[in-house]
Amino acid sequence: MSEDKKTLIIEGKEVEFTNEPNLLEVIRKAGMNVPTLCYRPDLTSFGACRMCVVEVEYPNGRKMINSSCTMPPEAGIKVHLNTQKVRNIRKMVLELLLANHDRECTTCEKSGACELQKYAEEYGIRHVKQYAQREVMVKKDASSCALIRDNNKCILCGACVRACDEHQGLQVLGFANRGSKTVVEPMAGRDLGSSECINCGQCAAVCPTGAITINDTQLDEVWKAINNPEKKVVVQFAPSVRVAIGEMFGLDAGVNSTKKINAVLRKIGFDLVFDTNFSADLTIMEEAHEFIDRLQNGGKLPLFTSCCPGWVRFLEIQHPDMLDHLSSCKSPQGMMGAIIREYVPQNHEGFTKDNLVSVSIMPCTAKKYEAKREQFKMADGRQEIDYVLTTQELGRMIKEAGIDFKNIEGEEPDSPFGKYTGAGTIFGVSGGVAEAAARTAYEVVTGETLQNVVIDDMRGTKRVKTVELDLKGTKIKVKIVNTLREAEKCMREIKEGKADYQLLEVMACPGGCINGGGQPQSCNDSNIKELRAQGLYTDDATGEWRKSHENPEIKDLYANHLEKPNSHKAHELLHTTYVNKRTNCYISVGE
Amino acid sequence: MTEIATSKVNFRDIDNILKSFDYNKSYLIAMLQKVQEVYRYLPEEAMTYIGEHVDGLSPATVYGVATFYAQFSLEPKGKYEIKVCDGTACHVRGSMPVLNAIRNKLNLKEGQTTCEGGLFSLEIVSCLGACGLAPVCVINDKVYPQMTSDAISTILDTLMKEEGVA
Repeated sequence: MSEDKKTLIIEGKEVEFTNEPNLLEVIRKAGMNVPTLCYRPDLTSFGACRMCVVEVEYPNGRKMINSSCTMPPEAGIKVHLNTQKVRNIRKMVLELLLANHDRECTTCEKSGACELQKYAEEYGIRHVKQYAQREVMVKKDASSCALIRDNNKCILCGACVRACDEHQGLQVLGFANRGSKTVVEPMAGRDLGSSECINCGQCAAVCPTGAITINDTQLDEVWKAINNPEKKVVVQFAPSVRVAIGEMFGLDAGVNSTKKINAVLRKIGFDLVFDTNFSADLTIMEEAHEFIDRLQNGGKLPLFTSCCPGWVRFLEIQHPDMLDHLSSCKSPQGMMGAIIREYVPQNHEGFTKDNLVSVSIMPCTAKKYEAKREQFKMADGRQEIDYVLTTQELGRMIKEAGIDFKNIEGEEPDSPFGKYTGAGTIFGVSGGVAEAAARTAYEVVTGETLQNVVIDDMRGTKRVKTVELDLKGTKIKVKIVNTLREAEKCMREIKEGKADYQLLEVMACPGGCINGGGQPQSCNDSNIKELRAQGLYTDDATGEWRKSHENPEIKDLYANHLEKPNSHKAHELLHTTYVNKRTNCYISVGE
Repeated sequence: MTEIATSKVNFRDIDNILKSFDYNKSYLIAMLQKVQEVYRYLPEEAMTYIGEHVDGLSPATVYGVATFYAQFSLEPKGKYEIKVCDGTACHVRGSMPVLNAIRNKLNLKEGQTTCEGGLFSLEIVSCLGACGLAPVCVINDKVYPQMTSDAISTILDTLMKEEGVA
C-alpha cells in the first residue's frame, strides 16, 4: 500500500482507492454494490454480462456508461450506480438473457440460489419479448458422476471457462462457434464424462445459473437406503463440511458446526455417524511414516500427498510417469470407507457386510468420482463407499427433512472412529496436510515432544508456500501448492531436476477443500474461504489433541488391529494403487 | 477415442508444423492453416494433438478457435474449393442462380458442402472485395468474374474433364 491514495466519488460519497484492479472492487470496498453475473473476484475480469454498468461523470462534465468490472478506477470521477439510464440497461440485459434462457425455474437445481433469477426478481422483469426465444432445447450432459451441464441455462458469462483455465490450467471447457451459435463445451462437443475433466467442480462453484451444477442423482438413493429398514446406513463427513454448512442456514462462514452435524445426521436417519477427521489422523499416521521411510531409505522423492482426488486424476492423465511419487495412502475418505467395512460389523450389533451402506459427505465433487475408482472395489464387486454427497446436498437433505439446523442441540459422534485431533481437522485447508504430517514426523524422527505445533508459514490461502523444517538435524523442505495450474509448474520443476523439496502437498481447489466445488456457493466473496480456514484453525487450537498420533482411537486401532503404521494389514486396508489414464490422443512423436 | 489408431492423420507431420512455429501458442491460427493445407480440413485428432502439445492450449481451446473462424473447416473440403460471393453487390447481380447451378451440377443436397468423390466443395462467402466484377466466384484462389449459371457450368465441365470424371 505504498501507492498514493487517490479519491473518487461514488453516489455522492468520497471514496479512497489505491491499487484496486477495477471500479467494481472500489464500489464494494466502499460498502456499496452493483449487480453482476460474470465478475468473480478470484478470476480475471471478463465484462461479458454488462450487469455491472454504472454511469461515470468526468470532471469536464462528460458522462458515459461503463462496465465497472473492467474499468480501472480514476481519480476525480463521479460514479452513479443506479440512474434510470443504468437501470434500463440492466433490465434490457436481463430481458435478453432471459429470452434465450430455459426458464423452467421451479424445477431447476439452482432455483433459489440462481443469480439470474435473483436479479430478474429484483429488477421486476415481468415480460420477456420474443426476441430470440430458445426454440430447440439441447440435451443435458449428465455423463459425469460429479457434475451436470445444462447448456439451456448457460448465459455465456465465461466464469467456468476462466475457472477451468485460471485455477486448473486445464481448459476442459471452452467457447465453441461464434455469435448466436456460441456454446460452452468440452472439445468437439464431447460430454464431460469422457473429457479430461478432473471433477473439481470449480466451474459449478462460479456458475451464476443452473448451467453447471453438482450431480445430485445419488441423493434419492441415500434417502431410499435410510428409509429401508433392512439397511444400516453409516455416514462420515469431511473436515471442511463443518465450517461451511452453517452458511446455508444463516450461520456465519467459519462457524464450527461439528456437533450440530452429528445431531442432524442422526435425526435424518443415519445409523452411525463418524468423522472423516478421524481417518485424516489415520492418513497422517500412514503418510508421515511412508514419508520418513522414503526419506531414510532412499525412496522416491518428493513425495506427493494423495488426499485430493482431482489432483490424483490430473496426475494419472497428464503425468502418469510421475505416479511413483504419489503416496500410496488412500485419501481420508477412502481410508474411512475401508475401516467402516472392516470394523463396523465387528464393533456394532446388527451391522453385517451385506446390510451396511456407506455414505460420505464431502466438500468436493471429485470425491464422487474417487468413490467409484476401480481400486476402491471390494472383493464382491461393490464399492467400499456407496454414495458421496456434497455439503450442498447435505444442506438440501436437512431442509427436506425439516430440521432446524440453527437451533439443534449438538451431539457427539459414534465411537470408535469419531474422535479427532487438530491435525485431522486442518486437512481441509491448503497446507494443513503438510502441517499435520510435520507434527507427527517430527516426533517420530526426533523422539522428542514437539512444543510449538503451529507452523505459520504453511498457513494462509496463498497458492504457493515453501517451508523448511529442521527435524533435529534432518532438514527437509516442503512445498505446498493449491490449484493444478501451480501443480503443473511443480511437475516441470521436478522433471527438469530443479525441485529441492522432499514433500509436495497439492490441493486442486484454490485455498483447499474449504473452497471445494461441493461447498455452498461463495464465489462473490473471497473472504469466505479465509473465514472457513480460520474456523478449522480455531478447531485445531481449541481441541483436546493436536497431533494425529495422540488420538486415543487411533492408538486403539493400531494396538488392536493394525499393529503399526505401514504394516501388512494397514497396507491391505489403507493403501491403494494408481493407473496410467493417458489415452491414445496423447501419443507424442515430438519427443 | 479408439478411432485415432486407425486415423489417417500423421502426427509426425503435425508435429513438424508445430515445431516450425516453435510450439508457440501465439501462432495457433497459422498452425491450423498449415494443417488445413495438408488435409484440406481440420481433423479432430490434429486439433487434439495441437491442444496437448502446445503450452497454454487445450483441445477445447483449439476447437474453439477452429470453430470461430469461417476459414477453417471441420469437414473435408474438395480438391477444388468453390467460393461463391453473396455480398450485396453480387447478390443483386444474380449470385443465387449461379449458386443453384453449382448445386445442381454437383448434386449437392441441402446442407451438403462437399460433393460425392470429394472433388469439389462449395462455400458461400460474404463480400470478396471485387464488387466491380459481380457476381464473383473463386475456385482455389482463381477469380472468375461476372458469372452466370451457364458460365459456371462450362467452367465446372472443363475442370471435370481435366480430372477425367465427366
